[in-house]
Amino acid sequence: MDSLLTNASKQLQLNSMQLPNPETLLADITAKIAAQINSNSALVGIHSGGVWLMRRVLQTLKQDFPQHAIPFGTLDAALYRDDYAARGLKTDPKPSDIAFDVTDKHIILIDDIFYTGRTTRAAMNELFDYGRPASITLAVLINRGGAQLPIKPNITGAEILLQANQNLQLSQDTKGKLHLEVEQNNA
Amino acid sequence: MHNPQLDIDGKLKHLLTIEGLPKRILNQILDTAETFVGVAERDIKKVPLLRGKTVCNIFFENSTRTRTTFEIAAKRLSADVINLNVGTSSQSKGETILDTVDNLIAMHADMFVVRHAQSGAAHFIAQHVPDNISVINAGDGRHAHPTQGLLDVFTVRRYKPDMHNLRVALVGDVLHSRVARSEIHALTTLGVPEVRVIAPKTLLPADVEKLGVQVFHDMKNGLKDVDVVMMLRLQNERMTGALLPSAQEYFRTFGLTQEMLNHAKNDAIVMHPGPMNRGVEIDSSVADGSQSVILPQVTYGIAVRMAVMAILGGRQSAGERNTALQAASSMAPGGIS
Repeated sequence: MDSLLTNASKQLQLNSMQLPNPETLLADITAKIAAQINSNSALVGIHSGGVWLMRRVLQTLKQDFPQHAIPFGTLDAALYRDDYAARGLKTDPKPSDIAFDVTDKHIILIDDIFYTGRTTRAAMNELFDYGRPASITLAVLINRGGAQLPIKPNITGAEILLQANQNLQLSQDTKGKLHLEVEQNNA
Repeated sequence: MHNPQLDIDGKLKHLLTIEGLPKRILNQILDTAETFVGVAERDIKKVPLLRGKTVCNIFFENSTRTRTTFEIAAKRLSADVINLNVGTSSQSKGETILDTVDNLIAMHADMFVVRHAQSGAAHFIAQHVPDNISVINAGDGRHAHPTQGLLDVFTVRRYKPDMHNLRVALVGDVLHSRVARSEIHALTTLGVPEVRVIAPKTLLPADVEKLGVQVFHDMKNGLKDVDVVMMLRLQNERMTGALLPSAQEYFRTFGLTQEMLNHAKNDAIVMHPGPMNRGVEIDSSVADGSQSVILPQVTYGIAVRMAVMAILGGRQSAGERNTALQAASSMAPGGIS
């Protein structure tokens, strides 16, 4: 964390102070997800933040629902993004890993920050290449406003309106604790 | 010297040879290939990255397998694919290589996959094409076969992830093998500490040690304690060139039998780029045995070729956009300073 703080020129520390505690938000969305779990549910996290959240949610659900073996998987969606033509492929895509049969599952798709909705669209397209889910529910830690598509999260930890030149970043420290930061993007 | 394979931002622009490619690019290709391995296991084995793009396989020399794997790779990326076996078409009517290429450019091809019997053919075409077109070398003469080299190191990395702690032996006709050269460059760039070549003197290039390999002329010593055995194809036409006495004699001395393989580590893997000459360079029981990863190599070859095309295809689009922006700004009244 020290190295990040020395890079203070890119950060608005004031805003960081005002941000909610991501651990509290996680507890909130975990409770909302638990209310929707049934014997046919599955969790899918979007890399990287969504995968951290998905694993934490899964931990809690395993205690709450020992009777359900909840299938889970991860998605990168890099191969389905609509900005490939403009930006190319990112240099470190993560493999998607969905080992269960998606068809007829109630999928809870988990991401950290909801912004334009384009990542969600890409992730849904990828999911449908695995099979035909019964439903998809989108759960996010934060909706930062700025949707550009008719897509919105079903489960949200908090809504925080940010400017287009601000970048909200979730990170996970070595102990697994979550942190939120706002960076000012001056480009 | 400027590497013609990289653009001004240091991104991959053409894939012509592994020689001189930085480790960062090799790792980018291998890491990207990991994301494509799973695509083949889905209901729908396709991703939309190259939708609307046209990939031209121009094969001046026949190779059914390489052409097929490039074609499958391009199609799984949703590209349109055109296959040209030039040996059997216009070239036999007297058209030059560049005329053939110019015609395909006029048909709005976006990417060329080129196989040619002459070393340097892919470089030659890469120098000729406009900036928005990428060229992939699918084998040129004795020079290079970069995607084969990449898929081989990808296979090694999957079975033996600790590349910095490996002993790899290449066995057979190194002299005529573009695959061997590409493999050696890839292995040494990725930090494999010990690469050996095992071959008769007549099938080794004169300055082979300069590639950073150890040379062995007998299988027993060469295979001792290796983690990976990479067999090379013995090309039948070499038999007629007085380089070897006979196929039977070669098999006795340099053929990979289980008995020979037992000199390597117990968990050593056996690879072959195909097509195999069973009973010449490799015994059937080894080729089909538990240590063989020859068929996974084929599967991974598609993922690696998808990765190369996906990386090149993304750069193209960004390049086109920049060119369009530059053109727009230079056309603006008074220009933009």
